[in-house]
Amino acid sequence: MSAPHFVVHDNSDSVGVVVVETVEPQTEMTGWNMETDETIHITALDAIPIGHKVALGDIGNGDTILKYGHSIGKAVEDIGKGHHVHVHNLKTTKW
Amino acid sequence: MAIPKKFMGYRRQNGRVGIRNHVIILPLDDLSNAACEKVANNVKGTLAIPHHYGRLQFGEDLELHFRTLIGSGCNPNVAAVVVIGIEPGWTGRVVDGIAKTGKPVEGFALERNGEHKTVMNASWAAQKFVQDASEIHREECDLSDLWVSVKCGESDTTSGIGSNPTVGNLIDKLDPLGVTSCFGETSEITGAEEVCRERGKTPEVGKKFYDTWQAYMDEVIEPNKTNDLSESQPTKGNIEGGLTTIEEKAFGNLEKIGKKTSYIDVLGPAEEPEKGPGLYFMDTSSAAAECVTLQAAAGFAVHLFPTGQGNVIGNPIEPVIKLTANPRTAREMSEHVDLDVSGILRREMNYDQAGDALIDIMMRTCNGRLTCAEALGHQEFVMTKLYRSA
Repeated sequence: MSAPHFVVHDNSDSVGVVVVETVEPQTEMTGWNMETDETIHITALDAIPIGHKVALGDIGNGDTILKYGHSIGKAVEDIGKGHHVHVHNLKTTKW
Repeated sequence: MAIPKKFMGYRRQNGRVGIRNHVIILPLDDLSNAACEKVANNVKGTLAIPHHYGRLQFGEDLELHFRTLIGSGCNPNVAAVVVIGIEPGWTGRVVDGIAKTGKPVEGFALERNGEHKTVMNASWAAQKFVQDASEIHREECDLSDLWVSVKCGESDTTSGIGSNPTVGNLIDKLDPLGVTSCFGETSEITGAEEVCRERGKTPEVGKKFYDTWQAYMDEVIEPNKTNDLSESQPTKGNIEGGLTTIEEKAFGNLEKIGKKTSYIDVLGPAEEPEKGPGLYFMDTSSAAAECVTLQAAAGFAVHLFPTGQGNVIGNPIEPVIKLTANPRTAREMSEHVDLDVSGILRREMNYDQAGDALIDIMMRTCNGRLTCAEALGHQEFVMTKLYRSA
């Protein structure tokens, strides 16, 4: 495949990371699962800057969010597939 | 790629190998910075290392102060040292500590002499040291003589995808060849502390790490925190770059130690490794300059610094090689970037290729190539202070 819009570290992850400089809402994104080497497709529903995360599926309020196959915190609102995941809807459980 | 097994370094009197040949003018304390800078101005090719502390410290904090100064002087990138302090007692303690390496070192005190006379006497010593050092030549050294430290900064999610795993790939390739290496950043393992504990060579070493991490949480974070540490851990720059929580940052951070390398011991801040070649964890702050200063003081000769949003750090003693996988940083801050691995994000480059490219630029740096930070004059030297002075 050509250069992906986003990458996924681990097959169990609930988020991917955008690796192109501009993703506008309704962009048909291709993603690279780095663990399985599979290609996945998601439509972005928000503008997502490079380095920021996209929900790979629907995430419920209070759900643990996985990246690298591990918890990186909890959702503090419902997050639909294709939406931007960041400080407004994901919080640490550590401090 | 065939990994070079030799490089051209400076072998010191105690057998350690450096990649630079500095003559440093080292202040014992804040009061002696001005005199050190005057000596460095008088004698070309010498390097003053001003810092903020050294008065009325006590206990463990004072021990760390001495360990950092003595360790900086002992670093094999340093050929000779002039120490200047306000009074002769503590100045002599630093001189004696550095003298154990066998390298030339002399101390001078301001009290009873004044600044003019001290600067004159220290300048005479510095001139002799720098002329003598100019006759020390590089010689062929084994890769196993190399000590490499790693620490990331201004990280973003591209660090966890690209630049940190590139460093990890290098560690996995060089660890079996007998290189001594070091990672740190105690606070920044938070969220990945269980995974990091498992990376200890033995359960005992893993527990030593975990106890160090827990002590940091109990003694520093819990009594002092006022919120969720957002804007500090992760930083504003981290958040701008897409990192949301400390856990996310920690898993990205830990990519620097590769997939298979285990750490063999846990070091206190600025403590020299004593268990031979291998990977060490050091208890450090996650602030870039504090961490690299402690690693240099422990004797590490070359530093690998992956960045996302674009940190500009250097160190006066230990060359800092910066790499990024963020294409914007590589383009907009290229004067700070020694290696661009943004091809990983485009699937143009894999970790094996990126790791080889990092080995290449690291070996060239060890053989004498200046880093971006050296060319730009970045010499951030920051002492770690454990608590207020008396």
